[in-house]
Amino acid sequence: MSELVLKDLEIRYGKVTALDRLNLSIKDGELVTLLGPSGCGKTTTLRAVSGFLAPQGGDIFIGGRRITDIPPEKRGIGLVFQNYALWPHMTVFKNLAFGLEMRKIPAEEIKRRVAAVLASVQLSEYADRLPRQLSGGQQQRIALARAIVLEPDILLLDEPLSNLDALLREQMRFEIAAIHDRLGITTMYVTHDQTEAMVISDRIVIMRKGLVMQDGPPEEIYRRPANKFVAGFMGTTSFVPGAVVGVEGERCEIETAEGLRLVGLGSGLKLGDRACAAVRPEAVLLGKRGAEEPEGRGANRFEAVVQRSNFTGELVDYQLKVGSCFLRAKEPETRKVHGCGERVELRISAERLPIVADADAEPRAV
Amino acid sequence: MRSVLKKSGELALLVVVFLAVVGPMASLVIWSVAQKWYWPNLLPQEISFDYWRQALGLQTSMAIGAVSIVSAFLLSLGIALATVVASMAISIPAGYALAKYKIPFGTAIMFLFLLPNAFPQQPVFVNILRIFTKAGLAGTIPGVMLIHILVGLVFGVWITSATFRAIPPSLEEAARSVGASAFVAFYRIALPLAAPGLLSSAVFVFLTSLDEFTGTFFVGLPFVNTLPLTLYSSSGYNLQFASVIALILLVPSVVFMLLIQKVLKAEYVGGMG
Ligand SMILES: Nc1ncnc2c1ncn2[C@@H]1O[C@H](COP(=O)(O)OP(=O)(O)O)[C@@H](O)[C@H]1O
Ligand SMILES: [Mg+2]
Repeated sequence: MSELVLKDLEIRYGKVTALDRLNLSIKDGELVTLLGPSGCGKTTTLRAVSGFLAPQGGDIFIGGRRITDIPPEKRGIGLVFQNYALWPHMTVFKNLAFGLEMRKIPAEEIKRRVAAVLASVQLSEYADRLPRQLSGGQQQRIALARAIVLEPDILLLDEPLSNLDALLREQMRFEIAAIHDRLGITTMYVTHDQTEAMVISDRIVIMRKGLVMQDGPPEEIYRRPANKFVAGFMGTTSFVPGAVVGVEGERCEIETAEGLRLVGLGSGLKLGDRACAAVRPEAVLLGKRGAEEPEGRGANRFEAVVQRSNFTGELVDYQLKVGSCFLRAKEPETRKVHGCGERVELRISAERLPIVADADAEPRAV
Repeated sequence: MRSVLKKSGELALLVVVFLAVVGPMASLVIWSVAQKWYWPNLLPQEISFDYWRQALGLQTSMAIGAVSIVSAFLLSLGIALATVVASMAISIPAGYALAKYKIPFGTAIMFLFLLPNAFPQQPVFVNILRIFTKAGLAGTIPGVMLIHILVGLVFGVWITSATFRAIPPSLEEAARSVGASAFVAFYRIALPLAAPGLLSSAVFVFLTSLDEFTGTFFVGLPFVNTLPLTLYSSSGYNLQFASVIALILLVPSVVFMLLIQKVLKAEYVGGMG
């Protein structure tokens, strides 16, 4: 069992508090992503877990064993760095063999294990190359191979794909997810890219200013954001502010200053609270005025004027005006394309409309 | 067109560099064998290797009597090599520590190493001589070596710490994460990556020691006669003899540089990253 648990972890750089009593646990074999804007403390968390940063408070446990004071080389943690950190003076083979040599593993077995892991990242022919003779994507895979060849209890990856171009990044997401599925190593993955996080994670932890804002499976984070920050971080979102005028279980209704009413899903809200509807472009459907309502009960329907429509290939990207509010909508190009100035009806299913407290309030630790 | 301009520019630069290096050298070589050379002749009227023979102790010198170039040369070489070893033995750990760890007053320490160069050298050395005299180091080879090490450390510590600073910390951290202790990470990762910088630092210290005059003059004389001291004391009245010494001084420098270059080429096909 190699469950990773961070308990009340506190890290300060001088007067700057980077982590403020962080609590987090990753189950055995789980892949958890730390997601948050730059400077929220993701790297700091990783460095604390890997042992390069001593926390001022709190503890770290792997498989129930307290490792807070154990030096990095004795933690059994594999690391993949953002800049790959391959050793430039060693060949690919030596880069991979180094850790095995440290463990005094016989040369024959080293050869076998390096060959196996090189094959698993499809770079068998590159054993004798130096790192600088490899492309960025290949270096990335070698960095990953170097971390997993030791079969670590825990794998930590710090924005491993951020230096790759968009196409390769997308491909590598799946490769990393596949390797994780195959090996089942308990993994902590760091990124500031929400799509990347959605694709590879079993669970996402949203961080802000050293605090956990929400912790849950990707779909839950996307559908049921705990606050305005999380809602805004999970993709393009237009916020429509208003006051809560109805609460019925999960369902929540708000009314804007102009009298527009929106029904959505929210929790922890009371009548009269300031709240926001988080409108996602992909949740907005456009139709002719007065058309039949395809959505179920409680779909929000508004009249809107198309301000702009941009054809982007697979999607048409609209800017719409509802009263004094601007919203975005994205529809597949296979649907009817509406022109600029056209009056349309806009529908948003209540199930796809999160309502969150407006107090962009003090980050709330979960 | 552009590339032609660039090519001819490069060529011109090469010619200038060539003349700047080879010009003075040629002049040294000619002077060292000029037996008779009066104005307005472009080349010496009479050539002989007498000065070379005298310098190498194969022939008694009438001009300068008992000055022994061979022993001065060996002394200088020995002091330079010992200085390199001692300076690097201090510079490598000191430079590494200054580069990697937040040492209290780290910057102040770095400037401390520059301090001897911040003042006019003569008063500094006069003061050192006073201290050395008390300590019984004046006029001794260890005393001269200490001076050279002091001068060498200035460059040594600065170049080595800059070299180590240029190595991304993640490289050593990666080594730690796969099971290397801090020392093994230093020895297997940081040290080989720093080798080019460390070697150039060593070359610098070596050449500085070989050339050092002022400090040796104050602390070493009259018992420790290094090659530069011999050169200065003979150049006053015999240009030919001075040329011979200057040429001999060049030999270890060139050999050392070639050796280092060889080592660098073998270790590093094309350098880092
Ligand atoms: N070495 C450091 N010294 C001082 N402050 C630091 C240092 N490293 C990080 N910080 C600060 O700690 C906070 C968290 O940083 P970091 O963990 O690197 O964020 P992230 O990886 O999420 O971008 C930031 O405010 C950053 O400025
Ligand atoms: Mg970071």
